[in-house]
Amino acid sequence: MIAQLNWEYSLGHYNYWIVILLMMTGFYLVIARGNLIKTIIGLNIFQTSVVLLYVTMGKVKGGTAPIMPLDAGHGHDDHGHEDAPSHAAEHGHAFIDHPPTGSSTSSTATVGEGEVPSIVDASGQSALSGPESPTLPEGEYSTASNGEYSTALTGEYSTAIDSSVQLAGFEDAAHGHAETASHAAEAIIYSNPLPSVLMLTAIVVGVATTALALALTVRIREDYGTIEEDEILELDRAA
Amino acid sequence: MIVLPLVAAPLCVVLGGRQLTYIIALIVTWCTFAISLACLIQVTQSGPIHYEIGNWKPPYGIEYVVDYLSGFVLTFVSFLGAIVLTYGKASIDKEIPHSKHYLFYATYLLCMTGLMGMCITGDLFNVFVFLEISSLSSYALISLGKTRRAPLAALQYLILGTIGATFLLIGIGLLYQMTGTLNMADIAGRLDVENGGRTLLVAFAFMTIGLFIKMAVFPLHTWLPNAYTYAPSVVTAFIAATSTKISVYAFIRLIYGIFTPDFAFNTHPLGIALLAMSLIGIFVASAAAIYQNNVKRLLAYSSIGQIGYMLLGIGLVSVGGLAGGIVHMFNHALIKGGLFMAMGCFSLHIGSVKLDDLRGAAKTMPWTSLAFAIGGLGLIGVPLTAGFISKWMLLTSSFEAGHPLVAALMLVSSLLAVVYVWKVVETLYFSEPSDVAAKAKEAPMSMLVPLYVVIAATVVFGVWTDWSAGLAQQAAEFLMGASEGGVKS
Repeated sequence: MIAQLNWEYSLGHYNYWIVILLMMTGFYLVIARGNLIKTIIGLNIFQTSVVLLYVTMGKVKGGTAPIMPLDAGHGHDDHGHEDAPSHAAEHGHAFIDHPPTGSSTSSTATVGEGEVPSIVDASGQSALSGPESPTLPEGEYSTASNGEYSTALTGEYSTAIDSSVQLAGFEDAAHGHAETASHAAEAIIYSNPLPSVLMLTAIVVGVATTALALALTVRIREDYGTIEEDEILELDRAA
Repeated sequence: MIVLPLVAAPLCVVLGGRQLTYIIALIVTWCTFAISLACLIQVTQSGPIHYEIGNWKPPYGIEYVVDYLSGFVLTFVSFLGAIVLTYGKASIDKEIPHSKHYLFYATYLLCMTGLMGMCITGDLFNVFVFLEISSLSSYALISLGKTRRAPLAALQYLILGTIGATFLLIGIGLLYQMTGTLNMADIAGRLDVENGGRTLLVAFAFMTIGLFIKMAVFPLHTWLPNAYTYAPSVVTAFIAATSTKISVYAFIRLIYGIFTPDFAFNTHPLGIALLAMSLIGIFVASAAAIYQNNVKRLLAYSSIGQIGYMLLGIGLVSVGGLAGGIVHMFNHALIKGGLFMAMGCFSLHIGSVKLDDLRGAAKTMPWTSLAFAIGGLGLIGVPLTAGFISKWMLLTSSFEAGHPLVAALMLVSSLLAVVYVWKVVETLYFSEPSDVAAKAKEAPMSMLVPLYVVIAATVVFGVWTDWSAGLAQQAAEFLMGASEGGVKS
């Protein structure tokens, strides 16, 4: 792990740095501030950092929102999950010649322009079911596969970013991933929707918490005439 | 079971009548109790029940699981929820503004929903959601207290509670990142405990700390005394009896259901840490309890100490220890519920729970005082009360586990309990009545009867231990067996 802590590795994980920064900022605010409102704000920042953490793991490079596009020509439902890998095997070679074009978002673009995409599964398990799919030649995955990659069906996208980034050479891995994706099937790459869904719930919870905390603060202000923790404690001691 | 109180809560808000909502809440809580009892019986007869919500097969859908442990916890939580509500009518009338009654019942039901949900769900994220449901409603319940300190206590609890819940959420997130699933059994199956590396450790640490805050384990307990002291009596009785226990339950689930005990206790020195922390917690909290003048606060500190005993049981890493911890969870819920209910009776007529005001209250309120005395004996762990059984189980298993020092310290700490309980009993029985206590009259029947049901239960389960201890034993064996099986396969 330490060996990988080079510049590229650090930059490649910039989103995690943001998460940690936000988390610590929020936590510090909660602990250090006497003002109740500031404490609540700190709490909010803290929660936001966790939301970001989840969204980060759900995002797939080049993935779009998991919504079926209208122009997704030929049938979605009849293209079963099992179909896709063989599909990939057929059409795979067409894509090998494609030069990897810079950013990985291009893979989506390529797919979008080149062929009519087939949606494999709306719930995020596209044909890219990772190295598990037996019909695919193994070599193609060499750049982007490692142990973590295939851990789970629904989680594979999250780990996919992780693993691809973890491999030295952030750019290369991204290409590899993009390529893999285009080889795998002419499927649209979807981000894993589950973390986002979970975070919607968590955001709702956070809003409720904030609302309750603010309501309590209002009552405290009515009773004590202040929202500074020190002064409140002073008043309590005097009483 | 979950749906019933959940649906009934908004119903209470919509209907709004004072009496009407009380009746609805009462019916709902008792029904919930009946259903959980039925579930428990079914589990003991035919093994764990699995229910898939919306027929989505786990691990994709959310699954509810009732096994021995959760059936047991469900039953006593719903029992206490129902009995406290039955008891609470007069106390609620006095302590909570009438205009807020319907809201009180609604939040009470929501809180119960959350606690039951945490207990029954087999989905990790669902645990977080239900945890927040119960916590949010308990913050609201605490803030209903009469004094101006109640909102402050609630806010303190809210801030710490939210940090705890968020920690738990981070842990869940990391686990999800590693396994790609949220179903507890599925995670346990997929988690490579041996080679999980740092992420696994971090996830475990986050979740442990998060739950410790909710449990009010000693160094993280600061929210609890204020919250218990300033909340309305009924709320204190309910929350003290149930909410920390549910967190202990979640912790047991976490260790035995997801991470294996092997990981928690052998790879990392959690066992020793738990033992040390719980013993320090027991001593510090009991010592602090001795110096309290407010009896509610005294009991709150004693709760922190008692949580220590439960963790001690978990930390012993044996079937006996775990069973002792679970039984103590149950017994302590009964005892603390009973004691706080007795305090509710006192505060109804005396208007205070300060020791100075309670002097000589036994002369005017003999029945309540007697109930408190019996409950106090249970807290100490005198034979023939429920407290004795669980402490005995913990003692014997700590000898078996080769920790005679732990056993000795437990005995000494029980002496501390004698000191603080005796302090209250002495004030009640052997002092000249204070002005307020002399004027007080006995609590109404509606409060005394449920109070005595709970107190009687502590005695019954002290004498007749087959049910509680046997069930806990089964639950512990089931958990141990399941996790060992998981390691082997």
